[in-house]
Amino acid sequence: MNKLTQRIDKERLLLAIAAPLLAIVAALVVTTLVILATGKNPFDAFSDMVTYGTASDSQVYILNKATTYYLAGVAVAIGFRMNLFNIGVDGQYRIAAFFAAVLGGALTTPGWISIPLIILCAMGTGAVWAGIAGVLKVTRGVSEVISTIMLNAIATAIIAYLLQPGKLAELQAGGTVVSTKPLRSSSYFFQIDTGPAGELWGFIFIAVLVGIAYWFVLGRTRFGFDLRTVGQSESAAAASGVSVKKMIATSMLISGAIAGLIGMPTLLNDSHQFSNDFPTGIGFTGIAIALLGRNNPVGIALGALLWGFLERTTNHLEFQGYDKEILGVIQGVIVLCVVIAYEVVRRYGLKRQQQRVGAELAAQAAAPTEKQEVA
Amino acid sequence: MANKDIDITVRTGTVHALCGENGAGKSTLMKILYGMQQPDEGTITVNGETVTFNNPADAIARGIGMVHQHFMLADNLTVLENVVLGAEKLYGIGAKARAKIKELSDAYGLNVRPDVLLEELGVADRQRVEILKVLYRGAKTLILDEPTAVLVPQEVEALFDNLRELKAEGLTVIFISHKLGEVLSVADEITVIRRGTTVGTVEPAGTTTKQLAELMVGSELPTPETEESTVTDVPLLKLDGLRLAQTDLDGVERIILDDISFTIHKGEVLGIAGVEGNGQSELVEAIMGIRALNAGAIALDGTDISHVPTRRRREAGVGYIPEDRHRHGLLLEAPLWENRILGHVTEKPNSRGQLLDIRGARSDTERIIEAYDVRTPGIDVTAASLSGGNQQKLIVGREMSHEPKLLIAAHPTRGVDVGAQAAIWDHIRDARREGLAVLLISADLDELIGLSDTLRVMYRGRLVADADPATITPEELGSAMTGAATGHLEHTEDSAEDHEDDAR
Repeated sequence: MNKLTQRIDKERLLLAIAAPLLAIVAALVVTTLVILATGKNPFDAFSDMVTYGTASDSQVYILNKATTYYLAGVAVAIGFRMNLFNIGVDGQYRIAAFFAAVLGGALTTPGWISIPLIILCAMGTGAVWAGIAGVLKVTRGVSEVISTIMLNAIATAIIAYLLQPGKLAELQAGGTVVSTKPLRSSSYFFQIDTGPAGELWGFIFIAVLVGIAYWFVLGRTRFGFDLRTVGQSESAAAASGVSVKKMIATSMLISGAIAGLIGMPTLLNDSHQFSNDFPTGIGFTGIAIALLGRNNPVGIALGALLWGFLERTTNHLEFQGYDKEILGVIQGVIVLCVVIAYEVVRRYGLKRQQQRVGAELAAQAAAPTEKQEVA
Repeated sequence: MANKDIDITVRTGTVHALCGENGAGKSTLMKILYGMQQPDEGTITVNGETVTFNNPADAIARGIGMVHQHFMLADNLTVLENVVLGAEKLYGIGAKARAKIKELSDAYGLNVRPDVLLEELGVADRQRVEILKVLYRGAKTLILDEPTAVLVPQEVEALFDNLRELKAEGLTVIFISHKLGEVLSVADEITVIRRGTTVGTVEPAGTTTKQLAELMVGSELPTPETEESTVTDVPLLKLDGLRLAQTDLDGVERIILDDISFTIHKGEVLGIAGVEGNGQSELVEAIMGIRALNAGAIALDGTDISHVPTRRRREAGVGYIPEDRHRHGLLLEAPLWENRILGHVTEKPNSRGQLLDIRGARSDTERIIEAYDVRTPGIDVTAASLSGGNQQKLIVGREMSHEPKLLIAAHPTRGVDVGAQAAIWDHIRDARREGLAVLLISADLDELIGLSDTLRVMYRGRLVADADPATITPEELGSAMTGAATGHLEHTEDSAEDHEDDAR
């Protein structure tokens, strides 16, 4: 009996890995065809990607990028586990980073006070922004998909309005860049000097902590169990005593708070100010990565690293005479394939398990000691 | 394997019953006949011609139609529209279709009014619409899957009259049921299925329910009877003037529960009879705290819990066997041990403080599987991979593991096999002996009468009648379920005559 259980588990693991692998292989095939169609050699491109992507400076770059992407993936995944589609991560992290940058620029306190303050401000702002969608959903039944999309647009407008000289921003020396007041250097987050390869952002450790917390809270606590229950079946959750509405509001707040962290590696480790060229669209990247990583903390990390790798290497391809749109093609195909592959594999797995359990029980029932029907 | 070596011959112009306990393979067989599933081996012959059905359309083309247990009708359409839906090519959607419906309805005595909105129809009428739908598509052989499960005894009689009409007109009916009395009264021939094989075909004349039952399960059927009364005079659950109303989209207030009051004592099983959809589900949800009351009070063991959240009610000792275990009782894609935690996440052995106690939950799941005879290869398989009976035994085991004071059991043995049914009845009886109060809701009137100490009948959100389970018959209960009788129901020797009681 135990053996069967183990076999099922091993199979489940195999199926879990099969889906993303399938997606990536499919994406490679499609990319090969696309590059072939442009009349270039795809294998040269791939070998260039591998060589360039594994260089030490690329490694640091990819890790830094992945830090941001990982936080985005986790923020989205929290919603996914609840069956909530938080498309608003994008708006949430931008408005959070903006206000955190404004606060950071104004602070004159020592770093050990201001850094936590800046981070808390970002998480709080993100939570409030996501909370609006949560409250609307709970009280008025507004779909979080619609409200968060709109809140993204509103966030863009608010930032554009406030990011003007005389409002909350200033014209930087040189006169071309408008940004919030730069952080004092004491408010910079630590980074690790890796020599010629560049600086590794210290925020990667925060990202790791977030990942561990995500795993622990969802898998090991009562709260996490309730949250997963709501995600799997709202009706069963309500019957089991979970307040579904409260859970929706809470998880939106948490998702928003984590979304608030997305801009922090950039702000505290890199740009030190919020300007017009602050990265945008990472919230949507997060959706792709959460899908790719199957809402699993390790899976999301792998997804984030893959995304970083693709970005780094396709950038370089451009200099080799390839079209830079290759990146979009690969990413798009991966996400599409992942969604399809997961659903196919999930259904196959469920059905297969049902059959196996049925077969096992039928074998038991065939034994003479059995007295009742089990099928 | 769900089916093997099935041999059935159904003659034209007869009612052929297919009998077997739940899980014996009746539904699989029907799916094969209706083209929803393909057999691995063997053949189907219709009118001397060997056929293969790849999908339901093939089956309909051969004149085989299916009336499902769960109706597939659209509430917001009229009867005519429902019948025509998906078969517009046959007679159009206008006068010709209406004439055809009228013709069929008259020919078979179905009494269908084409322009009524479906939502205004009761269960029995809906079933007739389903039958008409199949006839409209040209079926000459009708498969009825457990058609009487949702009907009260009087409606069952009416349905049987319809079936006899169909038979008289030369149509063939395959009638699936595990209610033996009904089978004997309506069928011309009975085929019994056990463990996926046909074990025999008998004529109803000269066959008793007892013989049939033995064919079906290979042993005697369990009966839901309880022994001596264990009712105490300590009230445990007290409902006082419960009222629940809902405003629908048109702004019309619909009263779902109206002035519901009763008391269940320790050691008492209170049974509620009623046609489904008369407020039983809502009553359960109100007691569980899933629905908020508009008025009234609920007291559990002397404490008012009218406004206490569901989780606190469960912690206070309310066990809950929901009527729809897939929607309310299980996480289908989660492993069994997580399902063991469901609903009791705050209680031992599932958690310590805010943290889950995974080891505790897992070992306790093993214990439940052992004690409640849940047939599974392990606790890491998903709940979806268990059969209905085993899922239900897991739920019963889980709810009984937290020393409940009150057990709410809604259709506790629905869709479970005979073995599991007997086990579940045993557990309810044992718990009752130890002073548990039970609120039992069931569509199986024999179960209700057999297990209950007190019986109430619910009709349109009100408790309209009460009865003594020691003397009452299912037919007498049935007339109150349709609203025909109210007050205290007395058993009379000749028939189910209505008695008005001056006490109410």
